[in-house]
Amino acid sequence: MASIGKITGVNGNLIRVAFVGAVAQNEVAYAKLPSGIKLKSEVIRIRGDYAELQVFEDTTGLKAGDDVEFTGELLSVELGPGLLGQVFDGLQNPLPRLAEECGFFLQRGKYLNALERDQKWAFTPVAKVGDKLTAGETLGTVPEGIFKHRIMVPFKVRKTVTVEKIMPAGDYTVEDVIAILKDADGNTVEAKIMQIWPVKIPIKQYSERMRPSEPMVTQQRIIDTFFPVARGGTYCIPGPFGAGKTVLQQLTSRYADVDIVILAACGERAGEVVETLREFPELNDPRTGKSLMERTLIICNTSSMPVAAREASVYTGVTLAEYYRQMGLNVLLLADSTSRWAQALREMSGRLEEIPGEEAFPAYLESVIASFYERGGVVRLKDGSIGSVTIGGSVSPAGGNFEEPVTQATLKVVGAFHGLSRERSDQRRFPAINPMDSWSKYEGIINEQKVQEARHILAMGIDVNQMMKVVGEEGTSMEDFITYLKSEYLDSVYLQQDAYHDIDAACSADRQQYLFDKVYEILKTAMTFKEKENARGFFLKLTQITKDWNRVEFKSKEFKELEEQIFKSVAEVATNA
Amino acid sequence: MHKVYHRIERIAGSVITVKADGVAYQELAQVTSPQGVSLARVIRIDKEMVDLQVFAGARGITTDSQVRFIGKPMEIPFSDSLLGRVFTGSGIPRDNGPLIEENPIQIGGPSVNPAKRIIPRNMVRTGIPMIDVFNTLVVSQKLPIFSIAGEPYNQLLARIALQAEVDVIVLGGMGLKHDDYLYLRDFLEQNGALSRSVMFVHTASDPIVECLLVPDAALAVAEQFAIKGKNVLVLLTDMTNFADAMKEIAITMEQIPSNRGYPGDLYSQLASRYEKAVDFDTAGSITILAVTTMPGDDVTHPVPDNTGYITEGQFYLRKGRIEPFGSLSRLKQQVNGSTRSDHRTIMNTMIQLYASFKETIEKQSMGFRMSTWDQKLLRYGVRFEKEMMDLSVNIPLEKALDLGWIILSDCFEPEETGIPSKMINEYWPKKG
Repeated sequence: MASIGKITGVNGNLIRVAFVGAVAQNEVAYAKLPSGIKLKSEVIRIRGDYAELQVFEDTTGLKAGDDVEFTGELLSVELGPGLLGQVFDGLQNPLPRLAEECGFFLQRGKYLNALERDQKWAFTPVAKVGDKLTAGETLGTVPEGIFKHRIMVPFKVRKTVTVEKIMPAGDYTVEDVIAILKDADGNTVEAKIMQIWPVKIPIKQYSERMRPSEPMVTQQRIIDTFFPVARGGTYCIPGPFGAGKTVLQQLTSRYADVDIVILAACGERAGEVVETLREFPELNDPRTGKSLMERTLIICNTSSMPVAAREASVYTGVTLAEYYRQMGLNVLLLADSTSRWAQALREMSGRLEEIPGEEAFPAYLESVIASFYERGGVVRLKDGSIGSVTIGGSVSPAGGNFEEPVTQATLKVVGAFHGLSRERSDQRRFPAINPMDSWSKYEGIINEQKVQEARHILAMGIDVNQMMKVVGEEGTSMEDFITYLKSEYLDSVYLQQDAYHDIDAACSADRQQYLFDKVYEILKTAMTFKEKENARGFFLKLTQITKDWNRVEFKSKEFKELEEQIFKSVAEVATNA
Repeated sequence: MHKVYHRIERIAGSVITVKADGVAYQELAQVTSPQGVSLARVIRIDKEMVDLQVFAGARGITTDSQVRFIGKPMEIPFSDSLLGRVFTGSGIPRDNGPLIEENPIQIGGPSVNPAKRIIPRNMVRTGIPMIDVFNTLVVSQKLPIFSIAGEPYNQLLARIALQAEVDVIVLGGMGLKHDDYLYLRDFLEQNGALSRSVMFVHTASDPIVECLLVPDAALAVAEQFAIKGKNVLVLLTDMTNFADAMKEIAITMEQIPSNRGYPGDLYSQLASRYEKAVDFDTAGSITILAVTTMPGDDVTHPVPDNTGYITEGQFYLRKGRIEPFGSLSRLKQQVNGSTRSDHRTIMNTMIQLYASFKETIEKQSMGFRMSTWDQKLLRYGVRFEKEMMDLSVNIPLEKALDLGWIILSDCFEPEETGIPSKMINEYWPKKG
């Protein structure tokens, strides 16, 4: 039933294939090299009796006249227990196992199963014979690390089905049938532990989608307090090179208050993935005490790996995220970087000779980006539990200029914008999120009004600083000067964090609330100084102590001592009303 | 057995089109014209029309020139006898030595499985304090040298090649001035480093297609040495010429340009070369240093911009010195904690003080009065520039750190430097 075809043209990783029979858009096909190696490809355009396919591998050696086998299936991933802790490429090939088989280099045409076929899982049935269920409802569970992995009615089932048979508790492999389901028309479906789902189609087997309202604490003060991200929300981090996008994403993947983190390294440096790969198994998850790797899944399609698979990698990532969401878990997907994915689209579009849009990006760029971010969200599942997929995408704008198409298209669809600035990163202010340009539409953990006031002080401080560059310190009034110092104080003790310090790298929600109240109190204190020099000296000292305060254990003895010291010195300069 | 074609349908730039069947993508062909014999590579197949990139350029190719397909993709020979030799991008000797044909390897091969990489942990010693102390080069790092025309970047590369503690040096020259090529070759030869070097050179007057082959050839050879357990340093100069060659070909192929005429896949193309830098789990390593000249000293130009996103930091070469600001080795944290306990202290303190010196210079130029502190900074800045930043300074890391302490102690009191007292007690030179 699957069609076959013959290659008529090769242009980079795009091949043109004349086919007979039926062919579906986004269907997977294999191009056969004379040596017998089969290269995975995807149909991306059909015109008359020929189809154009993007090949996920290097096309060297393909000839006009070579055979192409269509599979009749869309590009899909395997879903089941055993995904967590793995490292996949964009097409869900497990990289460590590939390395065992092929050595140092990635061999083309080599595809492995994502899930181990012979591993057994301890299945506990939940559904009973006679139960009427729909797609996505639980049949049973297996333990996967720290999670109870739900085995669900296959997502592709469209109607209500009755459980005809369910296997008793016991050990099964992912390919074992654990239930037989029958629909009203008498068709039976065999449910296995694993199932297959096409990556470009969102999983929608839930009862309703809700508004993201609960904050996802990242333990980065500038994010949680000023530009919060909600569970099920979407945000983007654009920034020029060297501004610290990747460090920020790594910290988020470590400390974010979610159940599962999926890292999609899309077209970025291999070295960064290697750091995660080698370090995460050693690090402990602060929430569970277990290795971080147990709740992490890495999809890695680095910049030198085939371009077409870059696009697949973000979809693979989001599909796996949706799958775990279906179990009532909170999942965070970090995509680094979506610009590389957009560039992959641009390369393909160029080869297809489509009419280019801005900067030669295809005209459909915006809708593609929008539909990707729209796959994030909070949902109420059919059993009433809540699951979420939060998407954080980094963007690498050319020349660090946010006016470019990818950044702009992303800004339209995300709920929070964390713009990194070259200026702040040059000043070694980490995280280099620009507090003036960034925004968030989500509710944070701190009183909205107070945050607004704090931002106002920051804005005024920047104005005064600009003015001082023209008129000098002498021409600035004492009042303005104090505002400037206060804004700098807020910046250095609250917005900035020491990513390499054990304690300061992560600031819990409680601590943020506590610290913010105290800093706010200081900002609101009217102060008098004789000379500007005294004011500067005072704030320098205050900043130093407050930074030390950030570096000690929350609510420890030292913490209280430093707090007293801070407020004693503030009281000395406070204006007596 | 291989078919020969005698009719060329189209000639544009260095790309020719022939009607042929059974031709594989990336396959090589031999083109014989009145100008001589050249290799060509298949870059597009559309039904029976085959586009070929002629390495020697299409100038002088006639419509009845002979095209013979060889049936294999681009390969270059690999053996230890490559050492000490100079080749063109397509592997032809440039040095009147014998042609090497043994053990052909494919160029532009597959990428390394990330699971087989390790976190870099060894520094590459160069004897240049601005690198060793302030922005340490790390084994398997990929670093560009951002520079502008006229700066001594090739001299810097040559020195690093000479002094770096590596087993093999592979030098790829793209669009080099002939003088520069001779300089590099002679410099390595005179200093006895040529015997552990392989050079792939494309000069500005050579056909543009060969420029495209240079990095691939150089990196393919480097990869083979690395697999054999060698630590290889690859020097590429100048990657902007490489990008410009790609631009030229892309435009003749009527591809839609993206930014300033560069092809849309500039990032992927550069990345697939730079990503060859690697530290293998159980074998050798490849470290890449590449010169990228910035047209108009503009770092937002597509070539340096895309490069910056790919590489692990950058060195700025300005006015014959490696700028301490802007230059960054992202991997230095991996190694500079374990060299000597004062390494990070010296690195941070000296740079902070140099930044203050720069501010003082600004104040001075605006006519402000110089305080005693300013005077100290001025004295310090001059010494720092002369004894540390100057590219002619050539001392090992430990000596450089010692020198740092001497300069600091000559110019400042210990407490003025902000160095923790534990460090002061241990390292501050005793006067007397």
